[in-house]
Amino acid sequence: MRTQVARRRKDWALAYVLLLPGLAIFAVFTFWPFLQNFKLALYQNPPYPGLPSTFVGLSQVGDVLSSPAFHQSLISTLLFVLMVVPTGLLGGLMLALAAHRALRGMAIFQVIFSSTVVSSVAVAAVVFGTLMDPVVGLLPWLGLDPHPAILSNPTWALPAVAVIAIWQFLGLSFIIMTAGLQSLPEEVLEAARLDGARAPTMFFGLVVGFIYAFQSFGQIDILIGSQNAEFTHTNVLLFYIYRALSVQNDPGLAAVLSIVLFVILLGVTLVQFRFLERRVHYAGE
Amino acid sequence: MARVHFANVSKRYGDVAAVDDLSLEVADGELLVLLGPSGCGKTTALRMVAGLEEVTEGSLMIGDDLVNDVDPKDRDVAMVFQSYALYPHMTVGRNIEFPLRQRKIEADERQRRALEAATTLGLEGLMDRKPGQLSGGQRQRVALARAIVRDPRVFLMDEPLSNLDAKLRVQTRGDIVALQRRLGTTTLYVTHDQVEAMTMGHRIAVMQGGRLQQVAPPQELYERPANTFVATFLGSPGMNLIPAERRSDELVTPSGSLTVDSALAGVPQGAVTLGARPESLSLGTDGLRATVALVEMLGAETQVHCTLEGGTTVVVRQGHDEVRPDLGDTVAVAVDPLSLHAFDAESGARIEATA
Repeated sequence: MRTQVARRRKDWALAYVLLLPGLAIFAVFTFWPFLQNFKLALYQNPPYPGLPSTFVGLSQVGDVLSSPAFHQSLISTLLFVLMVVPTGLLGGLMLALAAHRALRGMAIFQVIFSSTVVSSVAVAAVVFGTLMDPVVGLLPWLGLDPHPAILSNPTWALPAVAVIAIWQFLGLSFIIMTAGLQSLPEEVLEAARLDGARAPTMFFGLVVGFIYAFQSFGQIDILIGSQNAEFTHTNVLLFYIYRALSVQNDPGLAAVLSIVLFVILLGVTLVQFRFLERRVHYAGE
Repeated sequence: MARVHFANVSKRYGDVAAVDDLSLEVADGELLVLLGPSGCGKTTALRMVAGLEEVTEGSLMIGDDLVNDVDPKDRDVAMVFQSYALYPHMTVGRNIEFPLRQRKIEADERQRRALEAATTLGLEGLMDRKPGQLSGGQRQRVALARAIVRDPRVFLMDEPLSNLDAKLRVQTRGDIVALQRRLGTTTLYVTHDQVEAMTMGHRIAVMQGGRLQQVAPPQELYERPANTFVATFLGSPGMNLIPAERRSDELVTPSGSLTVDSALAGVPQGAVTLGARPESLSLGTDGLRATVALVEMLGAETQVHCTLEGGTTVVVRQGHDEVRPDLGDTVAVAVDPLSLHAFDAESGARIEATA
């Protein structure tokens, strides 16, 4: 009995020792900045570096949350998510269903379909940016004169960026959907075919999609730029945070916006735990 | 309810024929067992009826309909899978009514029929459970309930008992037979277990290497096997085969000769394969010379494995009151000439000895 307890204690000790490096990295690079962020949110910074910042408490949070710029950003973000996530997931599912067959050469298609996941945001943005260019792009080539140019057009800039995000998300979505399809027992799919069902609807990857879309930033930075973001309604939250910090030199604003983004993502994750986890079943369960 | 008719049906994967020129008719209301070792094509044949495999050649009829190109869901057949293939995220009740839901049957009717199917299989108390919370036997019954609920023209069962333990298997075997006889639904049942086949089927179709070997009622299959494959595959253990040669009125084997009885008058001169069931052999003072290689006591009976002079091994079935030999004993294996079978030495086809 005693040796067993001692042994268990030893196991615990070893577990903590092995966890320590990981915990240290998290503490320094994630937890500590995370807590600092809350402190930052309570201070207002003068527009010029070097001057002391002043404690303003929660008033700054209230100011940001009631500002039109923030509302616009929130709307842009939600629109962007609504454009990217369902399209990306559905497209990924379609591709996965199409490629989920034992046909010769299917591996090639699987590689092609999943390849967008490894293309860098910058490369994708430059390629699509060229395609959308008002002078050398696809539309002038077709004989159409886009005016104003797609990427500086308040109506079309956000959908245009969404197209790029969807294209990139398709690869990831395809991989997740394929994994889901492959983990389904073949016989269950066959039973469903006999019973007259269409392919089972799946929810795999919904949250991955949300997080992906909420964090889109590179495409906007490269294609739209800081000056035009607000004007073209592409000032999504993550980009707004970047601008607040790097362009407006306002760490307090950036901190408040970061907290808002954190709360949204936490909410999405909790919803997933609460509702989706229950609908996911694993073979043999 | 309907008959199922295979007319020269083949299924090829490239050069390999999984099912080769199969012609077979399952009568309306019949339970026909497809029996054979793994890879013999029995499951492929079943899956072609379900529509899960395409027919390469020939025509497949269900009732009066040619179904070669009919979608699985439009064939009106229900299948019970080896792994049961229940929908893991649905309750028992939802699983059973799922086929009806897909056919847009109204909720009242759906629930009434689901409950009726569940009651038939003793599942009425488990309607709100999920498959994960059920035992293997219960899942098996849910799968059966899901099959019977929509009253299909044909049941297809793919080794439905192989995931159950031995005791439950015997019981469920009886339950399925009783259910099939009561509903009178045409049933194709695939198994590699010859005991299952013998006890369940109105008729048994034995397959090997993609080809149909013989189709007959169980007793006939046992008593008059069409070839050496069927003879050795059925029975536990299977029929003993002894190479021999007919010289005038004698059947000569390396371990002794047998006199040709009237029962074997039709055996031609020359090489022949003799077949004898373990129960038609006995250990006596007169017969084929052999040594005892293995003695297996099974309680009610004993199986004595003997090596005949010349190297052929035969199994002799003894009653529990007979004197058991010891390992290595020299014995004489007596053959009951009236129950002896004869097969062509080359092709293995049955020779009608009395012809």
